[in-house]
Amino acid sequence: MGASKVASAIQSSQALETYAEAFSVFEKEAIGRELPWLRKLRQEGFDRFNAVGFPTTRDEDWRFTNLSAIAQTPFRMVRNPHTLPSARQIEPFRMVGAACTLVFIDGCFAPSLSSIGQLPRGVTVASLSAEIAKNPSAIEPHLGRYLSVQRDPFCALNTAFIEDGAYIHVAKSVVLEAPIYLLYVSTAHEFPVVSHPRNLIVAEENSQATIVEDYVSLGGKALCNTVTELVAADQSIVAHYMIEREDAQSFNVSTLRIQQGRAADVASHSVLVGAALVRNSVHPVLNGEGGECLINGLFVGSDRQHLDNYMLVEHASPHCASRQFYTGILAEHAHGVFHGRIIVHKDAQKTDAKQTNRNLLLSDTAQIDTKPQLEIYADDVKCTHGATIGQIEEDALFYLRSRGIDEASARRLLLTAFANECLDRMKEGPARTHVDSLIQNYVASVTGSAPIQASPAAVGEVK
Amino acid sequence: MSLLEIKNLHVRVDGNEILKGVNLNVDAGEVHSIMGPNGSGKSTLAQVLARRESYDVTQGEILFNGRDLLAMKAEEAACEGLFLAFQYPVEIPGVSNAYFLRSALNAVHKYRGQDEVDAMDFLPKLREKMKLLEMDAKFLNRSVNEAFSGGEKKRNEILQMAVLEPKLGILDETDSGLDIDALRIVASGVNAMRGPDRAFLVVTHYQRLLNYIVPDRVHVLVDGRIVKSGGPELALQLEDTGYATVGSAAGAA
Repeated sequence: MGASKVASAIQSSQALETYAEAFSVFEKEAIGRELPWLRKLRQEGFDRFNAVGFPTTRDEDWRFTNLSAIAQTPFRMVRNPHTLPSARQIEPFRMVGAACTLVFIDGCFAPSLSSIGQLPRGVTVASLSAEIAKNPSAIEPHLGRYLSVQRDPFCALNTAFIEDGAYIHVAKSVVLEAPIYLLYVSTAHEFPVVSHPRNLIVAEENSQATIVEDYVSLGGKALCNTVTELVAADQSIVAHYMIEREDAQSFNVSTLRIQQGRAADVASHSVLVGAALVRNSVHPVLNGEGGECLINGLFVGSDRQHLDNYMLVEHASPHCASRQFYTGILAEHAHGVFHGRIIVHKDAQKTDAKQTNRNLLLSDTAQIDTKPQLEIYADDVKCTHGATIGQIEEDALFYLRSRGIDEASARRLLLTAFANECLDRMKEGPARTHVDSLIQNYVASVTGSAPIQASPAAVGEVK
Repeated sequence: MSLLEIKNLHVRVDGNEILKGVNLNVDAGEVHSIMGPNGSGKSTLAQVLARRESYDVTQGEILFNGRDLLAMKAEEAACEGLFLAFQYPVEIPGVSNAYFLRSALNAVHKYRGQDEVDAMDFLPKLREKMKLLEMDAKFLNRSVNEAFSGGEKKRNEILQMAVLEPKLGILDETDSGLDIDALRIVASGVNAMRGPDRAFLVVTHYQRLLNYIVPDRVHVLVDGRIVKSGGPELALQLEDTGYATVGSAAGAA
């Protein structure tokens, strides 16, 4: 046992060295290397990662998630992919009804597969690398200003390799109705590929927008380590969707850092159905009075999938409300984690924070670890949390069967209904429709039956 | 051939023998009532007929429409035309009533090789049946039985039965928890469905429901056996004398 520990430590340090080598090349070549502030940002990120390495299960925030598979794999970055997948390969993934689509191949923006189209005045959508090259002064005030590289080694690593991703800016009082769609595709190479997409979304005062991040794969072993900084200025309304549906060779670590201004209303929807290992971290800071935040998620796992959700909601101003609803469905040997931390700072009086995590385990070997954590420094607040873990109810199953519905369909109906609670919290529109069909398919796959065409709620809607 | 033939049915639940040799024939077009005190095995009989698998049939035979009911799964029995109105209808959050009813009807249609019903054809018929049961249109979008009152749940059971149009409807203490108005509505829903091709088995503790759904035959179930059978007057007699006299008479016999 001692020997194997030593061996894994050596492997890990070798893996760290590959990141150090990659960084020494990257910092000399990367777009924006001449910008002192960006150089500093990357260096700080790298130094932090180099000092701490990958987290272990001894770290409280990573207690339930073993990262040795990531730490021991010598991933490499692909900065200039010379062969792109065809448009036809990408087609099945695309969302219908988007205002524009940005496609990233192994983390690099692929203009030939993207379509920015005609956007309303005041909406800027570009690749981050292009914006760094052309207009760095627009991003300097925001990039890396909200996310602390100290808190999470993956964020530090992502920051070290900031170069590409999406840049979205919605000007004051502009309303963009159709969603902005960001598609991240990992592709097969002769080596395991790591990408560090970095997205910056700035919704100025009184603006409205919906952004969808969708992670898919075309084979190959891949680690996608993504960070999105979302700035929702005063009175803005922003919906963000995170969809993870990569294949079983993939690892996906994502951090969504939300900075909310006064009376800003942000909804974060996460739908995690793919990848071998997922770490989905959502960290809103309610930094102005009257802000509202919905943190809504669904994770559906089977086989040996590991789906870890780490929520950190910070109430930093008075009169803000946050709602966390996470729903898990776990089959076979899948392992889910829900870590819901709420911090109410001293001045955040009249905070109203709620957290709910509901889980269904479909087998004896599926596992869920759920952990609420409240830290309250104000004295006039309302904070509630609750978690449930259950199985499909036999009574409900018998009831449906006694009406003629066969067992597999009855199971699927009950699971779909359970999953649809997450769907019901999304506004009607193309993003919800996109997510809806995905959910029906994955729920059907864990029950081993054909998907129903649309959600029961939608079908049952009668005016 | 009777629609339902129960022969010497013995059933164990959690190791205890609950039904100890039940014999019963129900013909199409008839309404039979099973009456009995609490714990006599009435609900067990209803659940076994609906094919609840956790009930262990140790002896006997049940023929439904000439076919071996005990070889059927719950969904097969339903598709063959057997319907149980539950004593305690189950809440199913997240599934709307309209969707549930149409799924159930389509499952039955599929089993019988009939075409699926689309929403346009289905809704007008459903609305008509809801009117009969005095149910509000809002009910269609509500989740199945969720936050329903006791009376709403029982009316919902009858509505499901009206939609599925079974050959045999089993009402398991549908009267429990109903006020007199709700009882009348439920009874008129059932009476509207009576006909030469359909039979009902009305399981109840009290005689009152039978004032509204008048049975052809009344059977008294005590301690897992039918101890007495007769016409509708038997129900009235039981109301006066109670089950104790019938039970002891049977015990003495």
